[in-house]
Amino acid sequence: MTWLLEPLTHAFMVRALLVSALVGCICGLLSCYMTLKGWALMGDAVSHAVMPGVVVAYALGLPFSLGAFVFGVGSVAAIGFVKQKSRIKEDTVIGLVFTGFFALGLVLVSKVRSNIDLTHILFGNVLGISSSDIQQTLLISALVVGLLLVFRRDLLLFCFDPTHARSIGINTGLLHYMLLSVLSLTAVAGLQTVGVILVVAMLVTPGATAYLLTDRFDRMTGLAMASSVLSSVLGVYISYWTDSSTAGCIVLVQTGLFLLAFLLAPRYGILNAHRSQAS
Amino acid sequence: MNNAAADHVSARRANRIEVEQLCVDYNGQVALYDANLSLPAGCICGLVGMNGAGKSTLFKALTGFVRPSHGRIRINDLSVLGAQQQQAVAYVPQSEGIDCNFPVSVWDVVMMGRYGSMNLLRIPRPSDRVAVRDALQRVELLDLAQRPIGALSGGQRKRAFLARAIAQRASVLLLDEPFNGVDVRTEKLMAQLFLQFRGEGRTILISTHDLSHISDFCDLVVLINRTVLAYGNTQEVFTPENLARTFGGMVPNP
Repeated sequence: MTWLLEPLTHAFMVRALLVSALVGCICGLLSCYMTLKGWALMGDAVSHAVMPGVVVAYALGLPFSLGAFVFGVGSVAAIGFVKQKSRIKEDTVIGLVFTGFFALGLVLVSKVRSNIDLTHILFGNVLGISSSDIQQTLLISALVVGLLLVFRRDLLLFCFDPTHARSIGINTGLLHYMLLSVLSLTAVAGLQTVGVILVVAMLVTPGATAYLLTDRFDRMTGLAMASSVLSSVLGVYISYWTDSSTAGCIVLVQTGLFLLAFLLAPRYGILNAHRSQAS
Repeated sequence: MNNAAADHVSARRANRIEVEQLCVDYNGQVALYDANLSLPAGCICGLVGMNGAGKSTLFKALTGFVRPSHGRIRINDLSVLGAQQQQAVAYVPQSEGIDCNFPVSVWDVVMMGRYGSMNLLRIPRPSDRVAVRDALQRVELLDLAQRPIGALSGGQRKRAFLARAIAQRASVLLLDEPFNGVDVRTEKLMAQLFLQFRGEGRTILISTHDLSHISDFCDLVVLINRTVLAYGNTQEVFTPENLARTFGGMVPNP
């Protein structure tokens, strides 16, 4: 039992475990919509594009989530604008816009006088998280969970059949931008635990794992949240005991869970698919 | 306006669908121009044209997905938005346009037809469950209600989306290529249902490039090629000459 309890004697570990479990929870919930809507690339883009926002907010002494949110939504608006006004295909536009934002963030970090550590933004710093950061994460989580729960059915319909949603009078434009805002906020929360580079894993992998395990949306959200929280907590523990990168451990556990589902899932796992073909 | 159609339509006062001088363009590219159309309550109408002739653009305009650059649409004497809020318009998609690996059951899909009349949280009331059950019964899918939508055959999936429109209690049904890739049983059942819908006073608009079904089912025909070339009673409009204009790629002079 010491392996389980000993880390809890450190205040920083308790904080890290709580924050990463919370972030895992909201990322897991959102990841279902990202996988079903096919927005993995969008998640990657937004999570990179928030970087200059974080730097600017720190430099101005504002809450970093505010800056990140502005730049996250701004990048999405820029993607939409360029796509609509030019003949360039969407994935190309996404690729060029988010790298532009990210590059701006890199330059700002190196030029703006501040105590920001670039590696903390890139790879997360959940072991050294401050209490004001925790407050922001709590606020973000409450908002994200609230919105996703209230609009659960509408968002599901929006992902499944937007034409029908529109034809029964649901405002799909509003849902689109709400989902993007939620994505920006969640990316901000996620980058505290695993950093800009790996946050897309949090936004995609739990949903993909759960998608292989069930044909029911409600069960899918439950499974995604469970696998995401489990990997966050387990990842923090493993990183503590092996003294290795926390972000790396969290995402590795997530990937491991995905591989298990990929191989062993009752209906969609490749081993079972082979067996049912053989019989 | 085609005069035969004008006579047919003016006999009834309140039309289900009125389209006047409708123009739609996408970033300056004209998809539909000066389209006029009026359809009565209780009819089955075929919408015929080549791919890219503007069939889906007309559907998008009727479901509020694109905003017309000119002209106006009235459904049940309401704006498109007003009609949507009254749940008057149901769109039945082509099965190919739907991700059939989506984790929803047949029951869930049909329940989506009820969302518009539920509260914000979309919690089904007993009356919604009754509507879904009745709709599933009419399309003979009640025994498959708990199956994932992906486990159905093409024809069954088509019926599931038809059930959604029934559950919605829409007065206007827009069907995109309903006979594409369906089995004989589904085709027969759909034909029966369309006749029942007509008897119930619904207006059914069937988009297709397959002409064989038109004269079997449809009272009215709309021929479309970037604009409405002609519309009216099937026997009068469905002439070789009109069809040549629809499919011959000749540019009509408005």
